[in-house]
Amino acid sequence: MDMLSLQLPGITDEPYYQPVGEEVGLFEAAAARRLPVLLKGPTGCGKTRFVEYMAWKLKRPLVTVACHDDLTTADLLGRYLIVGNETVWMDGPLTAAVRAGAICYLDEIVEARKDTTVVIHPLADSRRVLTVDKRGELLPAPPDFMLVISYNPGYQSILKEIKPSTRQRFVAMEFDYPAPDLEARIVAAEGGVDLDLAKKLVKLGELTRNLKGQGLDEGASTRLLVHAAQIVSAGRTPGEAANAAIARALTDDPDMTETLDDLVRAVF
Amino acid sequence: MSEPSSRKLFEHELEERLDRVLFASPSHRSITRLATGLEPLSRAQQDLVLHWAGVTAQTCAEIGHLIVSSAPKALELLDADGFEAWVLAALDSYDRQGLRPAMESLRKLEAFATERSGAPFARLAEVEGRLTRFVQGLSGRPLAVRCVGSGNAAWTDTDAIFLPELLAAMPDADGNRRLYKATAAHLWAQTRYGTFAADIDATIAPLPDRQQALEWLALLEAVRLDARIAAELPGLAREMAELRGPWPAALVPVLPRLQSPGATVHDSLALLPEFVAAGGVPPWLTLAGTLDPTAARRVRGERIGKETKVLRNALAALKGAGGRKQGGEAALDVAPGDDGALEVRIDGEVVALPPEAQAAAQSLVQDLGELPPEVLSPAGPGGWLPTDKEGPGPDLVGDRAADWRYDEWDYHRSAYRKGWCHVYEMAVAPGDPDYVAEIGNRHRALISQIRRRFEAVRGEDRVLGRQPEGEEIDLDAQVDAHIDRRSGIEPSPRLFCRRIRNERSMAAMFMVDMSGSTKGWVNDAERESLIMLCEAIEALGDDYAIYGFSGWTRTRCDIYRIKAFGDRYDEAVRRRIAGIEAKDYTRMGVAIRHLTKLLAERPVRHKLLVTLSDGRPDDFGDEYRGTYGIEDTRQALQEARRQGVRSYCVTIDRHGADYLKRMYGPAAYTVLDEVGKLPTKIADIYRRLTAN
Ligand SMILES: Nc1ncnc2c1ncn2[C@@H]1O[C@H](COP(=O)(O)OP(=O)(O)OP(=O)(O)O)[C@@H](O)[C@H]1O
Ligand SMILES: [Mg+2]
Repeated sequence: MDMLSLQLPGITDEPYYQPVGEEVGLFEAAAARRLPVLLKGPTGCGKTRFVEYMAWKLKRPLVTVACHDDLTTADLLGRYLIVGNETVWMDGPLTAAVRAGAICYLDEIVEARKDTTVVIHPLADSRRVLTVDKRGELLPAPPDFMLVISYNPGYQSILKEIKPSTRQRFVAMEFDYPAPDLEARIVAAEGGVDLDLAKKLVKLGELTRNLKGQGLDEGASTRLLVHAAQIVSAGRTPGEAANAAIARALTDDPDMTETLDDLVRAVF
Repeated sequence: MSEPSSRKLFEHELEERLDRVLFASPSHRSITRLATGLEPLSRAQQDLVLHWAGVTAQTCAEIGHLIVSSAPKALELLDADGFEAWVLAALDSYDRQGLRPAMESLRKLEAFATERSGAPFARLAEVEGRLTRFVQGLSGRPLAVRCVGSGNAAWTDTDAIFLPELLAAMPDADGNRRLYKATAAHLWAQTRYGTFAADIDATIAPLPDRQQALEWLALLEAVRLDARIAAELPGLAREMAELRGPWPAALVPVLPRLQSPGATVHDSLALLPEFVAAGGVPPWLTLAGTLDPTAARRVRGERIGKETKVLRNALAALKGAGGRKQGGEAALDVAPGDDGALEVRIDGEVVALPPEAQAAAQSLVQDLGELPPEVLSPAGPGGWLPTDKEGPGPDLVGDRAADWRYDEWDYHRSAYRKGWCHVYEMAVAPGDPDYVAEIGNRHRALISQIRRRFEAVRGEDRVLGRQPEGEEIDLDAQVDAHIDRRSGIEPSPRLFCRRIRNERSMAAMFMVDMSGSTKGWVNDAERESLIMLCEAIEALGDDYAIYGFSGWTRTRCDIYRIKAFGDRYDEAVRRRIAGIEAKDYTRMGVAIRHLTKLLAERPVRHKLLVTLSDGRPDDFGDEYRGTYGIEDTRQALQEARRQGVRSYCVTIDRHGADYLKRMYGPAAYTVLDEVGKLPTKIADIYRRLTAN
């Protein structure tokens, strides 16, 4: 029987990542002890970027799966395809990552269907095996394989909580938006603007975060601040950029939009 | 009017007539005072006042009283037509909303007069929500926006900013709206940049004229704070500068000192004697407002005390919980980060501070500039003594034994009072049969939009054919593939069926505040919201129930059934929704406990309790008011959580109060600053909470 396999290249260029605390050391320790890692934190605070950076640092390939509500076990493990008269097995991203000793990053794990998350259980405890039942294969994970999952605890849907039996298998690391000075440095570097403007954008970010729970579900993420900076570096004014990339991106509510406009005008 | 004669009435005559029309007046003395006020008026004016006093007193004696006592001032500002309009507006709001709004409407005399005069103005009511959100964004802690009593200038006590009912200083309405914003921002800056960090009262005590000193100080601070705002929020500072124009000449010499980045309130205070000694009249600057250092310092001190306690208690709790070392004390290490976020380590390990303690720390940084060591030491044991409040409690119980009894949490003792609350369950008496249809007509577009959106979310088991993968074989696809193969075409690999399961196993309980404070708008908004919700959830097919709660002391906690689980959304339920009305008090904890019990019995995976209320818990007598009620509610939410019930609390509170964070700690919550938004928001909130 034939098998199609994925190529898993390593990350060659160092991704830009600004450490904000002890996360690099902690992640290295978990990797050394072959423990899986759970990253929690609000959207756009650098989780994905961090994993890319760690994959580069540890010189391991990275497989990222963005989980969604129709993600099935087969989407992770692999499936038989029928090509002409043949059945061919194709590894899913998780199986491929296990075979290659890669870091497998399951982004937004809570989005996946409940039964899907169960397949990672034996991989995420001391057994470190993957059962590919379609093939009757029990795949032990090599030492370099590492499982990383992320989720955003800010979700308010009660249908989207991570099960204790899942979460208690992981070393959990909490992410949050970086302190103002660091965040300004990130926005300047990623957005291609000077530090002065970056500081103003970060200030605006802080003001919007003050409104969390008071009309906004979330304040502006680092990602949105970077976006605004990028729009400025492409030639628009800071006010325009902040309006489009931050204010309008945060809300559709007319009252809230008005307030965000007020805050944008206050900062610039 | 009644008397044809045109002679002015004297005091004793006025007294006599007033006595006749204001039959319910509290005392003779007050009638004399009213008569004295009316004596200087012309006969026509006197007749006008007596006439309207008589008319309104028929409806409500208190209104008649207020009209007579405000009449001299009212007739300075208004002509006879204006006076009538002012009275009629009050009667109108009495009919629609009750006594308090009517009295308020009468008191807003200046606003009423300005409005009638046709000068362009802006009204606090129209910008209040926007200002509240704006200062919330600026400060990151609650700073309420309130209306100052008529005739007074804007000021802040550091917990709230008080603004005039109406501003007409700028030539157009938009300018006046911006003046509101600038004034609010300036008052925020007073609390943010330490105007009240110094003991102003002590410093100005030796100065000859306190009032004048405070006026100068407000101006000096305006200069200093303007520079602080310019450094952090240049756009805002530009707008404020436009509104105020150039600084008054008297202030020009001191600009450099006050605008230097290191200037504090002590610089303003140091300059003050010079200005007072020069004796000039302080120029007027609307956005500088006035200062009441006594009130501000008291409020600030209370807040610091309260927040220090919250923080120290949280640290003590963490320390207790983290002590894994046998016998020995856990080592606690607290380091303030730069933006007030605290990093707490126990035995070297970072632990998370609960959100209310994190907020307390941030607020302390704003008040104190930094976190001094004494606020960072965990509270010692025995912080508060258990006070035994066991007493018999008022006995309002009727003839029937309670349907249920529930424990209540007494934070003084850190223990439950057993079987403390008596719960009676009854159905809401049916209301107007046409009400629901009427609301349905009014919101037809919104309802059909909600239904469409919810139908799209509705999960149902369905089978997808021609999948590359699945638990069953798709026969049609197999046959096609066979044919293809036979005829030499490459067959499609999509040969399977896959079953998509509906994972919504949901029951939702809605708990509606029926306390007296919901009378009027809030009650209307609640009823409309429930109709929207029912339409929405019917489209989804989730299991849901609706109950109201109110009561009068612990021995009469009433739970009103509107729709039980399993009831159809039929005529009877609709009439009960129409019949929801404002009753008595708000003892929230027991209502949460009872409804949690009903919810916990449902055979579903996910259980959601949504509470709708309009402010803090409260009950007759002082017992439940304040911390006790907040702590009991918090405890009840925690119990719910342990029983697998997730809670979401929706509060309508225009003043975004700070107790919410503590009370709703174990739950998620949202604050709506305007009741009017509830009906349009509620369905969305539910959809988000239960999104697949
Ligand atoms: N510490 C950091 N160093 C460098 N860039 C950062 C950092 N934090 C955030 N960023 C910037 O923010 C952007 C968003 O971060 P990222 O995509 O990693 O967020 P995320 O936490 O994975 O969000 P989500 O939960 O929405 O997936 C990045 O593209 C990067 O530009
Ligand atoms: Mg990501």
